[in-house]
Amino acid sequence: MPIILADYSISEIKSIFIMQGFAGLSLFSVLLLMALGLAIIFGQMGVVNLAHGEFMALGAYMVYLCSQITSDHFPAFQKYYFVVAIGVAFVVAAIFGAFVEWAMIRFLYKRPLDTLLATWGLSLVMQQAFRSIFGAREVTPTLPEWLMGSFKPTDTIDIPINGVFVMILSLLLTLGVYLFMFRSRTGLHMRATVQNRIMSGAVGINTTLVDRFTFALGCGIAGVAGAAFTTIGSTGPDSGSRYIVDTFLVVVFGGAGNMLGTILSSFGIAQAQSISEFFLEGTMGKVATLMGIVVILMLRPQGLFPSKVRV
Amino acid sequence: MKPHSIHQPTQRRKILGLILAGALVTHPILAADYPTAKVNTTGLAVTDTTVTVGQLHSATGTMAISETGSIEAEQLAIDQINAAGGVLGRQIKVIKEDGASDWPTFAEKAKKLLVNDKVASVMGCWTSASRKAVLPIFEKENGLLYYPTFYEGLEQSKNVFYEGQEATQQILAGLDWIAKEKKAKTFYLIGSDYIWPRTSNKIARKHIENVLKGTVVGEEYYALGQTQFGSLINKIKLKKPDVIYAIIVGGSNVSFYKQLKAAGITADKQTLLTISVTEDEALGIGGENLVGFYSAMKYFQSLQNPTNETFVKAFKAKYGEKSVIGDVTQAAYEGPWLWKLACEKACSFDVDKVVAASPGIELDAPEGGVKIHQNHHLWSKLRIGQWGADGQAKVLYESGLIEPNPFPKGYQ
Repeated sequence: MPIILADYSISEIKSIFIMQGFAGLSLFSVLLLMALGLAIIFGQMGVVNLAHGEFMALGAYMVYLCSQITSDHFPAFQKYYFVVAIGVAFVVAAIFGAFVEWAMIRFLYKRPLDTLLATWGLSLVMQQAFRSIFGAREVTPTLPEWLMGSFKPTDTIDIPINGVFVMILSLLLTLGVYLFMFRSRTGLHMRATVQNRIMSGAVGINTTLVDRFTFALGCGIAGVAGAAFTTIGSTGPDSGSRYIVDTFLVVVFGGAGNMLGTILSSFGIAQAQSISEFFLEGTMGKVATLMGIVVILMLRPQGLFPSKVRV
Repeated sequence: MKPHSIHQPTQRRKILGLILAGALVTHPILAADYPTAKVNTTGLAVTDTTVTVGQLHSATGTMAISETGSIEAEQLAIDQINAAGGVLGRQIKVIKEDGASDWPTFAEKAKKLLVNDKVASVMGCWTSASRKAVLPIFEKENGLLYYPTFYEGLEQSKNVFYEGQEATQQILAGLDWIAKEKKAKTFYLIGSDYIWPRTSNKIARKHIENVLKGTVVGEEYYALGQTQFGSLINKIKLKKPDVIYAIIVGGSNVSFYKQLKAAGITADKQTLLTISVTEDEALGIGGENLVGFYSAMKYFQSLQNPTNETFVKAFKAKYGEKSVIGDVTQAAYEGPWLWKLACEKACSFDVDKVVAASPGIELDAPEGGVKIHQNHHLWSKLRIGQWGADGQAKVLYESGLIEPNPFPKGYQ
């Protein structure tokens, strides 16, 4: 049943726009978190990592594990464990990412189709590992009290706290990635390797290590995204496959290789989806958004902001 | 008694007769009494000591949260039957297949179980989509399916026994209760996007508009696996319905109820009635996100009767103290028992004979007494439970035995 604005009073419409605007921003931060890690891996290195969703799930499972350990052995820390758990998610996902790069990805840089297949296989292996270790049913960590409930600026407006948390997290992460990439030595090395591998090697940059580090960073960010999602929904062995399509959508639409493109693309897609979901219904909203993306990509196949130099 | 003598055959016959009677009393059903050639004339997987059945549920995927309970309950029933001597003196062997929450996979595995493995019956499926996917195969291969989930009705097949309630038993009685209890006039219908929620809401809408004289202020569907319900919740806040009628299925339940609570929609401000949340889903959602909401089911783990208490104890002993038992899990538990009773009444495993022997069979189940109807559904009661923070429901209302009516007039 489509919404007709004329049925509501002015104050109600104001509340609608505020809450709907927030829902759109919330979705934007979710998409941004997911896409940031992939933008680095796919955008910077040209590696199609189909296991990216599983790295997110890995981060989520790490939070779950921390939650179990805290409630079993350290119940006094129930309030603080969550922030620590996010750090754990980042580190574990990054280390596993570095391992995967060393074991598999580094042999496949010049073979994109093989990377596709290899990372697809990796995602299946990871999904089964989750299934065997954590069980086939979905799990949720016990969220700390301060994360539940909502702010109530007025009677009609409810702003969920976990939505704000995810937004702040994605803001901090984006800022952190930007500062790292553009203001630090290692970031400089990363950008140099992407732009001109041979010259970078000649100048003394250890391109092998830089590649490993970049991949690990992308996976670590995916882990943090997964950790953030435990506040929104439950985690199961195949949760990763639910996120991967939207993630690639955002990165390709924004133009691979460009952080600004990723940010604008996630914002655009999130707002389009929220608004169309509000005025149409459920699945129809998603259909409308996807049709819009298809049309735009047909007119501009390289995405909104393609980078001028690629590996 | 006269002294033993080889010239007194009647004497020996009497003694032999006593021994045989004694043997029969202590071994009521011997496989030898039911020779394979007589109980299996259709080439099923039956030997002198075993009979093979199939199990087809989603052990993986978004539906695993709901279907794992059914898998466990069916296994418990089969173990109990085997411990008591099996069916027609034969031990039940189970071939387990994983539908993986993917309907074409269900169809493929069903074919394998019926055509390759020639199982005598299949305990399987959960969503209506999976049942619809396998139905043509069961009808073509003349298989036997015991289907545990409450569903939308509008179906009746010679090859399926429906252990769960159909729409008139579950939906109509539930809506009647909530309309009376809460004086509800406006309803917001939501559901996951596939056949069961859509058909159920269609039936619910007809009942609300024609019988209860209420209004449906919104009706929306979201894909299975959806986790973002922000827009929907905002719309609900706008419309302020008397009752939210929710049929969200599988893992999405977790996101939906968490986001509902985060948005400040709690039971003291908003009434919510669902027909898709059982103790299994409550375990994943977290009781604290469900407090005060209502579910309409035929069974709740908290039911007080001796059969249920024994069943809950046995289930927890096998699967752990923290296990929970939902409506579908209990219905799945009834499947192997109903099949056993039918096979014994028919003295055969042949599907046609088992089907013919089934109507009228009664079972003392944890939910109470149930009876198989001519239309292959069960007579059962409807209960309304209110969720508590511990993930268990308090039963507030219990109806009488409702006759199953999968093709109600005026609702199609």
